[in-house]
Amino acid sequence: MSNTIKITIDGVAVETTRGKTIFEAARENGIFIPTLCNVDNVKPKGSCRICSVYISGRLMTACTTQVEDGMEIENDTAKLNDMRKAIVELLFVEGNHFCPGCERSGSCELQALGYRFLMMVPRFSFLFQTRDIEATNPKLMKDNNRCIMCKRCIRGIKDEDGKSFFAFARRGHKVVINLDRKQAAKLTDDLARQAMEICPVGALILKGKGFDVPIGRRKYDTKPIGSDVEAKGGNC
Amino acid sequence: MSKPIVATTSLAGCFGCHMSLLDIDERILKLVELVEFNKSPVNDIKTFTKQCDVGIIEGGCCNSENIHVLKDFRKNCKILISLGECAIMGGLPAMRNNNAPVSECLEEAYLNCPSVQANDERIIPNDDELPMILDKVYPCHEIVKIDYFLPGCAPRADLIWEALVALIEGREMDLPYEVVKFD
Repeated sequence: MSNTIKITIDGVAVETTRGKTIFEAARENGIFIPTLCNVDNVKPKGSCRICSVYISGRLMTACTTQVEDGMEIENDTAKLNDMRKAIVELLFVEGNHFCPGCERSGSCELQALGYRFLMMVPRFSFLFQTRDIEATNPKLMKDNNRCIMCKRCIRGIKDEDGKSFFAFARRGHKVVINLDRKQAAKLTDDLARQAMEICPVGALILKGKGFDVPIGRRKYDTKPIGSDVEAKGGNC
Repeated sequence: MSKPIVATTSLAGCFGCHMSLLDIDERILKLVELVEFNKSPVNDIKTFTKQCDVGIIEGGCCNSENIHVLKDFRKNCKILISLGECAIMGGLPAMRNNNAPVSECLEEAYLNCPSVQANDERIIPNDDELPMILDKVYPCHEIVKIDYFLPGCAPRADLIWEALVALIEGREMDLPYEVVKFD
């Protein structure tokens, strides 16, 4: 059985290999599927639903669904993009995302998706929930106002034994990301920097890090998120 | 056809959005040809003297006077535009919304802050002439209907210009990626 299979994304036939996720297959063919909770080298979780695509009329997450031969996928449609925009808007009203005062502004993935979907104002009411900032750790500041519960830090930042530094604490709508106190003693400078970088928003900030990249030179100042994928075209 | 009439105001804002409006540089000469300004801090007209076509609102609502002015704008303008993050989501003033009740904010500002030096009688300003501080800072569209939103802190001058000209010419906005930003 050949490993090369054919799928279509928005009517365009592309080739990929068996075992890949729809997200990976799209990316290697220069097609951008927006993601938030998904990050390279970390097992996909499919929790944010931004990457939802239609497969034969059914909504599936592109980051967790593997490609099948002959799959017909809808991705860049008005309906799907509006649903994705609605998810971004929900995240904006659910947390306290004060972009003008955030160290991560300009290189924030949530904000960049807001730009990409041209979010002028969320369609939902702001909740202004009470959230804490925790700054007890000497290396990392944790701002729960900005956290979107993607679990990227839990899944991606681990010690040499594979044990996570971060975990969910509390339940339901009160859930917060917690830095394990015993594990925190083992948090090296390098891991702390990785934790800040793996966070798609500004919820984990290295202490002492300020606004070090000037406006105009930040990651998403001039190029929309996903434009690097689209610019590469096929077979990157 | 007579020129469209524009009014502007700054509610709980820092006047940065108005500065950005002035940042359209020499296009301001063209703007004066395109529109007529009514109530606005730019020309210092304090009250509406006629019905306006476009009202530009900077800043959210943090006190009773902001609400009064905003409702006055809704009454006197056909189209209202929320200009900037504060008008759209409360902005930096709204940072008080999620953590401290208004009493705590006032106590911090007038009684407990280390820089408070000349308030021996420990008075929190309460003169009847002063507008009442609201329980939280409200985005403008939670008070009145707002027709258009232009994000940014401050919104880029090119965004304001393009939005105004597109509105006057009755066409869709043509926005380059760089001009729509939330900071």
